[in-house]
Amino acid sequence: MEEHDTVNGIPTMQELPFFARQKIRVLKNRGVIDPGRIEDYIARDGYAGMVKALTKMTPEEIIKEVTDSGLRGRGGAGFPTGAKWRFASQSKNDVKYVICNADEGDPGAYMDRSVLEGDPQAVLEGMVIAAKAIGAHQGYIYCRAEYPLAIQQLNIAIDQAKGHGLIGQNILDTGFDFDLEVYQGAGAFVCGEETALMTSIEGKRGMPRPRPPFPAVSGLWGKPSVLNNVETLASVPQIILKGAAWYASVGTEKSRGTKVFALTGDINNVGLVEVPMGTTLRTIVYDIGGGMRDNRPFKAAQLGGPSGGCIPAEHLDAPIDYEKVAELGAIMGSGGLIIMNDEKNMVDVAKFFMEFCCDESCGKCVPCREGTKRMLEILSNLAKSKGKPGDIERLEELAGMIKITALCGLGQTAPNPVLSTIRYFRKEYEERIMRGKGPSGP
Amino acid sequence: MMKLTAEKLGQFKDQLLAGNALREDGSRVRITVHMGTCGIASGAKEVMDALREEIAASARKDILVNTSGCMGLCSREPLVTVECIGQEPIKYQYMDAEKTKLVFREHVLNGKVHLPFVLARGTEISD
Repeated sequence: MEEHDTVNGIPTMQELPFFARQKIRVLKNRGVIDPGRIEDYIARDGYAGMVKALTKMTPEEIIKEVTDSGLRGRGGAGFPTGAKWRFASQSKNDVKYVICNADEGDPGAYMDRSVLEGDPQAVLEGMVIAAKAIGAHQGYIYCRAEYPLAIQQLNIAIDQAKGHGLIGQNILDTGFDFDLEVYQGAGAFVCGEETALMTSIEGKRGMPRPRPPFPAVSGLWGKPSVLNNVETLASVPQIILKGAAWYASVGTEKSRGTKVFALTGDINNVGLVEVPMGTTLRTIVYDIGGGMRDNRPFKAAQLGGPSGGCIPAEHLDAPIDYEKVAELGAIMGSGGLIIMNDEKNMVDVAKFFMEFCCDESCGKCVPCREGTKRMLEILSNLAKSKGKPGDIERLEELAGMIKITALCGLGQTAPNPVLSTIRYFRKEYEERIMRGKGPSGP
Repeated sequence: MMKLTAEKLGQFKDQLLAGNALREDGSRVRITVHMGTCGIASGAKEVMDALREEIAASARKDILVNTSGCMGLCSREPLVTVECIGQEPIKYQYMDAEKTKLVFREHVLNGKVHLPFVLARGTEISD
């Protein structure tokens, strides 16, 4: 803890590296507004983007603005948001839905929780704008029941927004109707997958189904639907208010804007950080994160949770955006960023994530149900130093098969943590086979 | 609650901005306890309880207590922001009930920033 001699000696927020190197857009209201008071949100330009969208823009203009901004889905896959909205807007139907995916479930990821708890109105405003763009009049926020405070704040926010005429019939006297409610998920990770999420809202067991048809054509109850993640929707009001050019002014060529990360692990400053796309891992770890805890060496950053991978020290200077992260064998994911020091063994890390996927596999398709189980068996043996020659090749073979044959994103990406740790830390796997145990984590 | 129209939203915002400011004849101190899940898990509810006790004991009527979500630096929670009229907001870190009482007496009642618990001053600037 730093101590200061005088008030003048106290650093400003802008002088603390943790805050100085961030660029807050989605998190602009963090720690400033009371999430239970809609007045605080409105006082900081809240709903001004929605007013612009409802009174001055056609659906086509809204979609163009979002397309031009370069915004891509912040849930992890990075699909262009404007294109998604365009597909849904082109589907002809009297009934359409806007769904907010707030089923954040990656271990170590809590970006969306923080937005829902701290600035819930931004999500609601983004949903109304999306609704106008595609012609929807009903929305759902699918939020996991493990987020009780987020659900409470969302319900308060919805009540207050309705009370002020910002949601519901004839919003702000503009003639546009949009109502929405919170639907609580029961804790299955797979329900973050969009088709499983919709199946769950329909009251059935949350299992994915093959795509196509895509939700934009046939989604919730067979109606055209747009599903966007919390952070994506919370970005929309400012894009409409300040314009696509403003949003696209930061970031990299193909990944515009900012990204929120939940920075955790063996690092001094644990917290939520929002940085321009293209910021290097080194800046995040050593400037914003304040360096490694106890000055131990950086070993790897796990990005993208159970669907992602590890980025080793040799790539600390890589600019983090969708393309670069994929090239390095991880995925951007929703923003969980777990920093690990030299005490962590990568076989154990891979085993942890495979255990998670094996637990959370819904069992509908064989490759995921059986494949993750078989991979976990091999990893468990390796962890106990009971590995056999050929285990690495067997893991790679299974991984390749699961990736191309699993039904949904959960299964298709489940092998990623294993493949990425084999790619960068093959030696640790070999050590577990050849010489018994490698360096083990605590 | 007042139903708004598109035209009235802007006016409403201006009224709110004026109403939110600390005033000599109104609220002269604003204390914000950061109560996201991270803050609560670190003890923000105990901080809030201690604060309410202190305010009640002081019989001061010009102190506004707010809650807010996570301000980003989860590992320094519980965090408390104290803003006195005419002064920059001060962020206090690693708070607990006892520290809160101390800060309340020193900073809010005696007007002296309690330096040992301070994280930073000022406000974050959004893009």
